[in-house]
Amino acid sequence: MAGAADAGAVATSAPAIELRSISKAFGPVRANRDISLVVRRGTIHGIVGENGAGKSTLMSILYGFYKADAGEILIGGRPVQIGDSHDAIRAGIGMVFQHFKLVEPFTVLENVILGTEDGALLKPSLAKARGTLRQLAADYELEVDPDARIEDLGVGMRQRVEILKALYRQADILILDEPTGVLTPAEADHLFRILENLKSQGKTIILITHKLREIMAATDTVSVMRRGEMTATLRTADTSPAELAELMVGRKVLLRIDKSPARPGRTVLEIEKLCVTDAQGIARLSDVSLSVRAGEILGLAGVAGNGQSHLLEVLGGMRPATGHVRIDGKELDLSGPGCDGRSRRAAGIAHVPEDRQREGLIMPFHAWEDSVFGYHTDPALQSAPGLMDNARIRSHAEDQMARFDVRPPNPDLAAQSFSGGNQQKLVLAREIERNPDLLLVGQPTRGVDIGAIEFIHRRILELRDAGKAVLLVSVELDEILGLSDRIAVMCGGRIMGERLTSETDETELGLMMAGMKGKAA
Amino acid sequence: MDFPTLLQVLDSTVRLATPLLLACLAGLFSERSGIYDIGLEGKMLAAAFCSAATAAVTGSVWLGLLAGIGGSMALAGLHGLSAITFRGNQLISGVAINFLAAGLTVVLAQDWFHQGGRTPSLLGGARFEAITLPFAETLRPVPVLGPVYAELISGHTLLVYVAALLVPASWWVLYRTRFGLRLRAVGENPEAVDTAGVSVQATRYAAVAICGLLCGLAGAYLATALQAGFSRDMTAGRGYIALAALIFAKWRPWQALGATLLFGLLQAIALRYQNIELGGVGLPVQVMDALPYILTVVILAGFVGRAIPPRAGGEPYVKER
Repeated sequence: MAGAADAGAVATSAPAIELRSISKAFGPVRANRDISLVVRRGTIHGIVGENGAGKSTLMSILYGFYKADAGEILIGGRPVQIGDSHDAIRAGIGMVFQHFKLVEPFTVLENVILGTEDGALLKPSLAKARGTLRQLAADYELEVDPDARIEDLGVGMRQRVEILKALYRQADILILDEPTGVLTPAEADHLFRILENLKSQGKTIILITHKLREIMAATDTVSVMRRGEMTATLRTADTSPAELAELMVGRKVLLRIDKSPARPGRTVLEIEKLCVTDAQGIARLSDVSLSVRAGEILGLAGVAGNGQSHLLEVLGGMRPATGHVRIDGKELDLSGPGCDGRSRRAAGIAHVPEDRQREGLIMPFHAWEDSVFGYHTDPALQSAPGLMDNARIRSHAEDQMARFDVRPPNPDLAAQSFSGGNQQKLVLAREIERNPDLLLVGQPTRGVDIGAIEFIHRRILELRDAGKAVLLVSVELDEILGLSDRIAVMCGGRIMGERLTSETDETELGLMMAGMKGKAA
Repeated sequence: MDFPTLLQVLDSTVRLATPLLLACLAGLFSERSGIYDIGLEGKMLAAAFCSAATAAVTGSVWLGLLAGIGGSMALAGLHGLSAITFRGNQLISGVAINFLAAGLTVVLAQDWFHQGGRTPSLLGGARFEAITLPFAETLRPVPVLGPVYAELISGHTLLVYVAALLVPASWWVLYRTRFGLRLRAVGENPEAVDTAGVSVQATRYAAVAICGLLCGLAGAYLATALQAGFSRDMTAGRGYIALAALIFAKWRPWQALGATLLFGLLQAIALRYQNIELGGVGLPVQVMDALPYILTVVILAGFVGRAIPPRAGGEPYVKER
């Protein structure tokens, strides 16, 4: 991408951004320690790091959300004070947040002009923005209907509106925070094309992501952060994903998941013609049929919101449905009184829900209390009928936490005081230790650090190798490809097709996720 | 019902709807900016007392009006301080303001005027006079339209006309100006406004100040136009009815006009037909008095449909992370 010629051409001009010894502490936590960074003009600069490494804090300082305790910011060679977003915008910085900052009932135009209206009346500003948007659309492949309401747009479009907002404010420097988390592979490709266009017009782009593949594909330079420090800045061409992962975590990490071939046995889960219609009358699942056998992992791929969550909820007993679901040949009650989490557990299903903080744990409760939820009626955990044997539960929890490497291994801490990865380990420990026939697991590594991802993946594989059935739902295609033995793709509440992992690739799955049917399933 | 009676009821509707409309628009500005305001009642009451007391002492309705607005805006500032700056619970702050106004007005009235918690009756220049519009009397003989113009359109006090003009004005401010765009945005997604480089706090304070101003007009109207002086709890739940009308109107100005006219009509009917006989049995006065309130509940429960409040309503804005 950016060759040596490129680098030579920009070496003479001042860097787009220069940070000198930025430090920021929140109480005792030093989120940023003495960070220096040079971002050259007209390049795409990646920043990688685990959760809590300080990437977001650094960018928030750059965008005026936080004030640095110490250090200097230079934009285009000139020192600037960035006290709030207004200053950042004036300095030519635009930010595309991970969670979009759009006013949903407003139109695209209204969102674009918000905060940069030309006068007290809206009419002239709207007319001007309409013209500018048309120009930007032509220049950068950024077509959006200016009169569409944000609430009617998909995530890919919303992201374009965010980029347009920044460009309308004449940003020269564009910061994107985890921009591809919600996009289909095709949408992500389009985004990277847009970024290339922007770069060729002289814009500077900072790309924050944890997807090393994107760093390798899209950036010219990459900086790695670990525990609040900037550990390295490298030319992308001179590095590798393995090196970056090691720099991020501080030790060697296995990126590829080592696994033995599956030895599938009897059919454990059988889903037949499953349909779900939500309260608004919209079909969320249409005629879904799937099966999972003992000793295999079935990966369910798809862009978030295409029915995977509903399927997990139906199987977990959290949502009624029509159709048939059988576990080891025994029919489950899908809509009657037996449709609850308790009877599902009794049937041998364990469920690691997608949203561990809302459905997997009660956040203010102690880890030992959380370690038995769903199984608290087990007589083995009671000292007398209806009375919990807390001492016993506590010691159980301690064992579980040791086996699943939960840090810190203190069962008296509240669930909310653990990091995302350790919260996930708490949930996994609870569900896996019950030795289920079928494990449902949704987004097992969302918001989890690379080090913990490795551990969680190994545990799921161990369960498979112990002859259990696993249904894995994830929006991370890498995770699906790495863990699953078979892959089913969902789009719009339907199964688009099934593939053996060994016989498919990302491109094919990406097309299926976007709604294109592959060969007949 | 004959024509003159109908006109009288409608005329009374306009007069009774005016304070509701002013309070409803007040709530609209505040809630559209994301600040719930259950304290409309208290602010109106404070404004009624301040205006009546000042008008009684100075003999000037204009000074009374200013004092009413001042009293209401002071309480609005208090609400803003607790809801915006200190990120307190907006319902609790609003309830506290209602209690504060209910108690303080009576105590001060008793201490200053010794008339059992009332202010002295306002006379002459201490009240808003009815305004006769041009040609009202000349046109009166014209059939139907004449009496409608002379009785219904003409002959109200200044604040009634102000309230009517405030409906298109509010619509224009909300939907056609930069300030309106920011105000609506801040009630839907304050983060979007903040990251666009606009102060969330300043926008919300401006909205709360407008709310205070309009509640001031509503309260002053009660004490110096509709009635002649302050009496304890004279707002009689109008602040809450205005809130109901606001929900009924789904936080939109023209619909607010319609909703408050409807509630005004209910009050006018209750006032006019105090003694009704149904099948030979006389309905107690209390039933008729309660009717507008009962219908408020029925309308809100049954006819509003899906009212989607501003999404960030009631949530104090805390910069993220």
